[in-house]
Amino acid sequence: MTLGSVPSKFKVSIDRDQCMDCGRCIENCSYGVYRREGDKILIESRKCTACLRCVSMCPRDAITLTEKPVDYRSHPIWTREVREDIIKQARTGKIILSGMGNVRDLPIIYDRLLLDACQVTTPSIDPLREPMELRTYLGKKPSKLKFRKTESGDVELETKLAPNLKLDTPIMIGHMSFGAISLNSQLSMAKAVTEAGTYMGTGEGGLHRDLYPYQDHMIVQVASGRFGVDIDYLERGAAIEIKIGQGAKPGIGGHLPGEKVNEEVSRTRMIPYGSDAISPAPHHDIYSIEDLVQLIRSLKEATEWKKPIFVKVAAVHDIGAIAAGISRSSADAVVIDGFRGGTGAAPKVFRDHVGIPIEVAISKVDQTLREQGVRNEISVIASGGIRSSADLAKSIALGADAVYIGTAALVALGCRVCGNCYRNLCPWGIATQRPDLVSRLDPEAGAAQVSNLIHGWTMELGELMGAAGINSIESLRGNRNRLRGYMLDEGTLKVLDVLPAGA
Amino acid sequence: MKSVRIDARGMHYTPLNQKIRAAVADGVEEIILDNVLGQRFIGDGLRGNVRIIINGVPGGDLGMFMSGPTCIVNGNAEHAPGNTMNKGMLVIHGSAGDAVAHSMRGGKVFIKNNIGYRGGIHMKQYDADARPTLVIGGTAHSFLGEYMAGGLVLVLGIGKEKAMTDRGIGSGIHGGEIIIRGDVDEHLLGVGAKKFKFTEADLERIAPIIKSFCEQFGYDPAEFLDTNYTKIGPASSRPFAGKYVWE
Amino acid sequence: MCGIIGFIDRTKSRIDGSSIKAALSLMNERGSGYGAGYAAYGIYPEYADYYALHVFFDNLAKPKKKVDEILQQWGEIVHQEEIPTTPQPNMQKVHISWRYFFKPSEELMAGRMTSEDDVVTYIVMEVNSNVKGATIFSSGKNMGVFKASGWAEEVADFYRIQDYKGYIWLAHNRYPTNSPGWWGGAHPFNLLNWSVVHNGEITSYGTNKRYVEEYGYKCTLFTDTEVVAYLFDLLGRQHELSHEMIVRALAPPFWEDIDQMPPKEAELNKAIRLTYGPALMNGPFAIVVGTDDGIVCFTDRIKLRPLVVGENGNRLYISSEEAAVRILDPEVKNIHTPRAGEPIIARFIE
Repeated sequence: MTLGSVPSKFKVSIDRDQCMDCGRCIENCSYGVYRREGDKILIESRKCTACLRCVSMCPRDAITLTEKPVDYRSHPIWTREVREDIIKQARTGKIILSGMGNVRDLPIIYDRLLLDACQVTTPSIDPLREPMELRTYLGKKPSKLKFRKTESGDVELETKLAPNLKLDTPIMIGHMSFGAISLNSQLSMAKAVTEAGTYMGTGEGGLHRDLYPYQDHMIVQVASGRFGVDIDYLERGAAIEIKIGQGAKPGIGGHLPGEKVNEEVSRTRMIPYGSDAISPAPHHDIYSIEDLVQLIRSLKEATEWKKPIFVKVAAVHDIGAIAAGISRSSADAVVIDGFRGGTGAAPKVFRDHVGIPIEVAISKVDQTLREQGVRNEISVIASGGIRSSADLAKSIALGADAVYIGTAALVALGCRVCGNCYRNLCPWGIATQRPDLVSRLDPEAGAAQVSNLIHGWTMELGELMGAAGINSIESLRGNRNRLRGYMLDEGTLKVLDVLPAGA
Repeated sequence: MKSVRIDARGMHYTPLNQKIRAAVADGVEEIILDNVLGQRFIGDGLRGNVRIIINGVPGGDLGMFMSGPTCIVNGNAEHAPGNTMNKGMLVIHGSAGDAVAHSMRGGKVFIKNNIGYRGGIHMKQYDADARPTLVIGGTAHSFLGEYMAGGLVLVLGIGKEKAMTDRGIGSGIHGGEIIIRGDVDEHLLGVGAKKFKFTEADLERIAPIIKSFCEQFGYDPAEFLDTNYTKIGPASSRPFAGKYVWE
Repeated sequence: MCGIIGFIDRTKSRIDGSSIKAALSLMNERGSGYGAGYAAYGIYPEYADYYALHVFFDNLAKPKKKVDEILQQWGEIVHQEEIPTTPQPNMQKVHISWRYFFKPSEELMAGRMTSEDDVVTYIVMEVNSNVKGATIFSSGKNMGVFKASGWAEEVADFYRIQDYKGYIWLAHNRYPTNSPGWWGGAHPFNLLNWSVVHNGEITSYGTNKRYVEEYGYKCTLFTDTEVVAYLFDLLGRQHELSHEMIVRALAPPFWEDIDQMPPKEAELNKAIRLTYGPALMNGPFAIVVGTDDGIVCFTDRIKLRPLVVGENGNRLYISSEEAAVRILDPEVKNIHTPRAGEPIIARFIE
């Protein structure tokens, strides 16, 4: 091999004066960085992923981790990443796969949007003392209502409401499948959303029987592989989501590697044990928009029109027109997933280069649906890179009804965003099926952490709304007047339909 | 046997399916649908053991998500009959469109004549009693058994010189088997598909299916009970394992 | 912030504007001299079948020529004149106030415009967004809005408000906060026979505006109150909701209360919130709306602005302050303050 090795990404060292030689680092590191030889703990830094499991478990704070201990000659164009990708492909001739979301250092629009608050001319509202309504209904809404007078002279509603999901807070947890993540991760999140009065997605991994007690808070996904999909599954879900695409890898399918397909995963997905679970790029019964309508209606027929049907698409260039097409199908909600969305594994070139930011996608979809006069009839759910209650509030002000979080929920479970989800070695027991690792995640504790996160964001959202003099989430939705852009270019401001700060 | 007749002329599929569900709930064992023309989703998500006789041409997604019943169509079928079907049986006394038995996980789909493109696409099985079977009396177009992850596709080529003449057979197959009457040209095989010898043991295994198919359509099974078949299966259960390198 | 007044005589017996002016002037502490206005219903009985279009022109050359053209294209002008005014020492005449009496032509009604009201709505939106130097600020039948920058009594004297007799009066003095103190930004805001006076600030304006814009309305007057007139037109005229239901949509009960209601009532209120969520008005407000068949008044859901109601026989008085009501009618009875979000509706007696 003429290429030789590339420099190690991290350097791990132990302060031998602090170390009490307890061996917790050896036990905890699933990547094999540490081993004991004689009376010494040896370190193999090259294996380190910076998952920080050892650091967080070391009782003496004896472990230090340095990033890029040996670096390349700095160069603005031929970055370390570029050089290493070339070396890797020169070695293998293959497609580079990567975990988690987009890592490119592109401007984050959320960080350049500022929220409003009231001063003098209108009072802020204190959510502690006064009502603050975050309740959100997802699903089809009538464009207008009809009433009739009864014989006794009472007014009665004539319009029939379509089924809607009732959310106590507009934060849902997105679709991460059993298989990609562990059952204990799903259980933690399922307990949390049930407690918080909201919902989570199953992903395309079926619904494990241990999640049945939480099925009223689960949105079951139907994706191109149809894994785990049967009539029982469809009937258990609170809603059904058709996944067309995903922000982390628009336009391509997914492959769950055979080594993650153990007996439980096989049974839940209803696929053969140990074989790759392949979700094709398109649904092979959807090659055109009218075929999407057919799938939506077949799901509705199968469940006797009792379930809202969501359609999830990746945010791509023509997202407005795509959402408009979906709005004219029988879909109850459209989910748009921005290019910062996470994933267990995606080809790096897709993860980092395909799709558009969720912020502009929300704005464009909201605008296009308004031009069609149907904005309030269909719900819009945003996902892909939502990191805080501020991102949440801004998403709603741009026009979303609710958001899905993914990575944020995993971080609440312990994830340190090391990006090695595809290796089945997640030392936090999240992105793995290895029983010893999975057992590290206690579903009760995990549920409390995720639920805390949702509660914290919910309170912050209430405070932000109160400061803006708004006591009901409907009045924040699409309220672009309460946003200003800071250091955003004119073109982006126009797409966002937001004024610059000071204007 | 408790039986009802429903005249489906001009009826939308939602009330039609409601009537079918009501009849099933009422303990009806046989439902005869007359004048069916284009109604989609017949038997969609339906459970139980009812037998539905469809006189006419049903619309797409016949028996989708179906789990148990039998549908017998006296006519052709459209797009994707048996889509994501779990259990039960479809018998089509004619031909069907594209994506027949798409993602089917169990039960049987018998087509007397021909099917379109991508038949049996992504069929899969996960244990012994969930093994989907698609049998085609005539022939099929390209990409038969594409992405297949389990189950059996059988093409008999009745009345044809060659059972299969379209390309892309078993493209991306990573489970299950495609069995075709007679020989199949190597160049018709899709990426990841491989020919295997069809043995006496294979014949023994599929003989009950051949017999059942022949019984439905009035053929003599003896004509088909030999080893003049080609078996096509996956070259690997991990067809894409060699495509990627991790970051 | 602002002071508002509403008056109705349910038998359509008319009163002149002098007492309205006196009552509004009493609340000058609530204004800032940057805007006042009056709406009076029943003032043009001789042209009762024609739309009275009140227009601010920057000059009578190009802008007026353009408006004349649009009106002639869409129907017939039966009469037009400058609205009579008397110069006031401290008021600058920024615009020329003009009025047309207009009838849309039936032959031109097609497509989205199937009624006279649709045509007039279209003309108002077209002129206000596309004709520079012209603003139609009143477009109802047998009614008119009179407004300008100035104190309550100055604007009243400027327009000779004592010369008009009406059975509904709305009045407003303004302390502008979210827009410049220009004439078009003074209240009342009007479209067709809907006129609105408003005390407060609508924090949901951005949401409400985007909602009405889906239906072809254009918010051009830089003030949140404008959208209320369009919400009433959309829900009342286009969706045919009753006044009670409109108020229920704009200031709906809290979910906590809806959850306590009997199932049928809860379903009705839930349907309103789901369907008309984008019309929900947030922030502090007390609003009086003049309509074809009476007046409607209501406050925000947590009663952040004052509103006093008094009655005397067939007359109903509404104001920000009780003193103003007592100026209108020293004999007034049954003074009370409505609950948050509760609609007070007075209709004419046929």
